[in-house]
Amino acid sequence: MSNALADPLTIADKSFTSRLLIGSGTYPNQQAMLDAIRESGAQIVTVAIRRISLDGGGETVLDALGGDYTILPNTAGCYTAKDAVLTAQLGREALETNWVKLEVIGDRETLYPDTEHLLTAAEELVRDGFTVLPYSTDDPIVCRKLEDVGCAAVMPLGSPIGSGMGLLNPYNLEIIRAQTALPVVVDAGIGTASDVVLAMELGCDAVMAASAVGRARDPVIMARAIRHALEAGRLAYRGGRIPKKRHGEASSPGRGVIGT
Amino acid sequence: MTGEIPKSPTAPGPRVAIIGGGVCGLGIGWRLAAAGCRVEVFERDKTGRAASWAAAGMLAARAEAEPLEDTLLELNLKSQRMWPEWAQEVEAAAGMALDYRDEGTLIVAVTRDDVEQLHFHHELLRGFGLEVEWLSGAETRRREPFLSPKTSAGVYSAGDHQVDNRKLVTALELAYLDAGGALYEETEVTRVEIANGAARGVFAGDELHEADVVVLAAGAWSREIPGLPASARPPIRPIKGQMVALQMDPSAPLIRHVVWVPGAYLAPRLDGRLIIGATVEEKGFDTDVTAGGVLNLLLNTWEALPGIDELPLVESWVGFRPTSRDDAPILGPSPVEGLVMATGHHRNGILLAPITIDAVSDYILKGRLDAAVRPFGIDRFRLSEVEQRGAA
Repeated sequence: MSNALADPLTIADKSFTSRLLIGSGTYPNQQAMLDAIRESGAQIVTVAIRRISLDGGGETVLDALGGDYTILPNTAGCYTAKDAVLTAQLGREALETNWVKLEVIGDRETLYPDTEHLLTAAEELVRDGFTVLPYSTDDPIVCRKLEDVGCAAVMPLGSPIGSGMGLLNPYNLEIIRAQTALPVVVDAGIGTASDVVLAMELGCDAVMAASAVGRARDPVIMARAIRHALEAGRLAYRGGRIPKKRHGEASSPGRGVIGT
Repeated sequence: MTGEIPKSPTAPGPRVAIIGGGVCGLGIGWRLAAAGCRVEVFERDKTGRAASWAAAGMLAARAEAEPLEDTLLELNLKSQRMWPEWAQEVEAAAGMALDYRDEGTLIVAVTRDDVEQLHFHHELLRGFGLEVEWLSGAETRRREPFLSPKTSAGVYSAGDHQVDNRKLVTALELAYLDAGGALYEETEVTRVEIANGAARGVFAGDELHEADVVVLAAGAWSREIPGLPASARPPIRPIKGQMVALQMDPSAPLIRHVVWVPGAYLAPRLDGRLIIGATVEEKGFDTDVTAGGVLNLLLNTWEALPGIDELPLVESWVGFRPTSRDDAPILGPSPVEGLVMATGHHRNGILLAPITIDAVSDYILKGRLDAAVRPFGIDRFRLSEVEQRGAA
């Protein structure tokens, strides 16, 4: 049986029973967001520092979420290291957390991370006392360098943000998982539950889902699917898959059959 | 919910104070004044210069339908069906045209990714049982020949029309004044007067304007009106939208339908103005028109309609959608006797004007709430909890 408490996700000094990081944008409306996030079982919710109202003027996304979640501010929309560092600092001040999901976007077509600026910003933010979770390419060398500068996790992409194309290079993710001591969170590209199962089966520690839930035809139902996928995938990883073979092997016992 | 609307002993109907002189406030005021009530509308700025003015006037119940919003869709469709006749009634009362246009709405896809997204949306709309038609790229361009040759697919919604919302504001103001309503512009309501759980009127400055019924129609500012108890403070936030207008030659317009391109919508007016909207930003009451906002609107438009290149940009502005937690309006009675809600219309204020105005004024006059708006009471939110969190 699964015992989530015995198999927690640990990032920096915090432990979580859920292996899902979930976005707070892209939903049809705020109530749908709240319902979907609750249904997903996620304990970590990302919010875009540049896309939320920090000075009130009504009920903010943070008011709506209340104190029930670990809020992870992200630097979505930043295109330079300088911009990302300033945005992270703004988020720390406004949201009173030194955690940051660091995004430095390279261009608006692919939304791929700008690796050079990402490393620069990560190093600076770590030095400044941040717990940095960097969104990066699925390049094992980049992930190793991010570990070297002191990030708290690595967040390689499965495929471009919002593309829903799933894990395009599962082999890289496996290599990244094998070489780092940090939690590996698959960020970006999740399209549906099977992508989440695959990420878990590869041994990744957590998955970030945003559009996959928020833009689904029914975000609440999809949130539940993702929750079950995390559990199924993680259990399959722990249970251990059998080897793939080219030929059949009868699943009935071959010995002790009547007549032999 | 409190259902009783107290009757004034001297007037044929109740005395009514309306907070907010936008389309909802003016329209409700018009109906009530025409029925013989003594009505006062209080507007902190000029009438109708907030969301009612900033809007694009799209009456797009179908094209804009969203997941999980089935109940709202029903209300939107009902109000949409009311529009043509309702427009004629307003036009007759005001003696002016609203420039109602019924060419329909066209959603277009340019890139492969756009087509995938449009398929998804088309299936969603069909799943709701809406009548929308899938078009090839060629069929789409035949309807709007200035669309980019790269246009690869479209969805046509014949039932989604548009109206000139600024003309609607002017018309409703004329109709309201003509019916004998009192209008206080640049007059902020400083407090809603409530005694023994019932609304008694509103303070404007130091002066109490007594009323039997107070209507809260203050759009994005509805939550901020002083004097409301937590249980009657609608959970509304402003969602900022930036928009621009280009000027086409009215005798040779680039488009005739309302057109949705990836990342923007375009509403062509009879006077040649091409309204382009809108960003969706959680930025409080930030009034800045930004480089990025305008860049995205124009770039997204230009990709699909390159003919805009040399059109003059004649206006840019910001509006605030009054948005509740579920994007649906907040209509009808509140826990405070005599305090009636007509707010929280998000991006559907113009579309929902007929049903809001008729249902709320009917409720005030007759004490009966149209079944169609009953699911949209403030009681659907658990307010005390959120208020506590907000205060913490």
